[in-house]
Amino acid sequence: MNTSTMTLRRYLVLGLVALTSAFGDTSLAVGMKRIGPVSLSHPDALISALRTPWVLVGVLLLVIFFASYLTALSWADLTFVLPATSLAYVAVAFLSRVWLHEQISTERWLGIALITAGVGFVTQGPAWTPRSCADTSPDRGFTGSLQESK
Amino acid sequence: MNMSSGPAIAAMIGAIVLTATAGDVFVASAMRSVGDLDDIKAARGFEGAVWAVISEGRFLAGFTCMALSFFSLLFALSHADVSLVAPAAGSLTFVSNAVAAKWVLHENVDRRRWLAAVFVCCGVILLKR
Repeated sequence: MNTSTMTLRRYLVLGLVALTSAFGDTSLAVGMKRIGPVSLSHPDALISALRTPWVLVGVLLLVIFFASYLTALSWADLTFVLPATSLAYVAVAFLSRVWLHEQISTERWLGIALITAGVGFVTQGPAWTPRSCADTSPDRGFTGSLQESK
Repeated sequence: MNMSSGPAIAAMIGAIVLTATAGDVFVASAMRSVGDLDDIKAARGFEGAVWAVISEGRFLAGFTCMALSFFSLLFALSHADVSLVAPAAGSLTFVSNAVAAKWVLHENVDRRRWLAAVFVCCGVILLKR
């Protein structure tokens, strides 16, 4: 399998990383705002926070985020995945504008533009550094042994 | 030591950045070693893919570092303003990850990727102000 190619499915996984991160963080923020400040001397309040629907939804979304993040890292470099999925910051800004009715200042619009430009830069290049360049260790992992056995 | 002093807050931000970078690098290294999860899922099923990930020592090390980073962030937020800690830690992590990916993971961090890291870093600072 050619691990350097980005298929539509892989772009969808990167999109899922960004969206679940953005919706997960925002759901947690909405849930925790409804609960109010949690004292560090009463950490058990964080456990009972899990019974709040928004917090529960946020945690479930962040579990999906972590699974899709791991999937992305299994076929793309860290320096590709992190900027490519940083659109999550932009999505959070839009969600907080629409959902939490927060204002987006000129500075924030500039930040959104810079992040979008960064994502544009990185996604124009290759997603994966070939293993011969990246890792000289004998440990080739499951896929390596699978390909050798074919 | 005064926990609200400049050096103390810088040390807290440094701890968040260090543990977050270590977490990302360990996890990325683990996933590179494990291989394409789609291939593993096709060959061994969902449980096989989960087992391949959690039985990798570097994944557990990365997960531990990410947990430490989360608690470092909570600790820092109890002593300093979120408007300082979140953008500083978030943006510095982008740059430290690019450096670590080049020198530790030996990724091909070309000019395009450096520019992306710096643009996103500046963007995060502006977005979180």
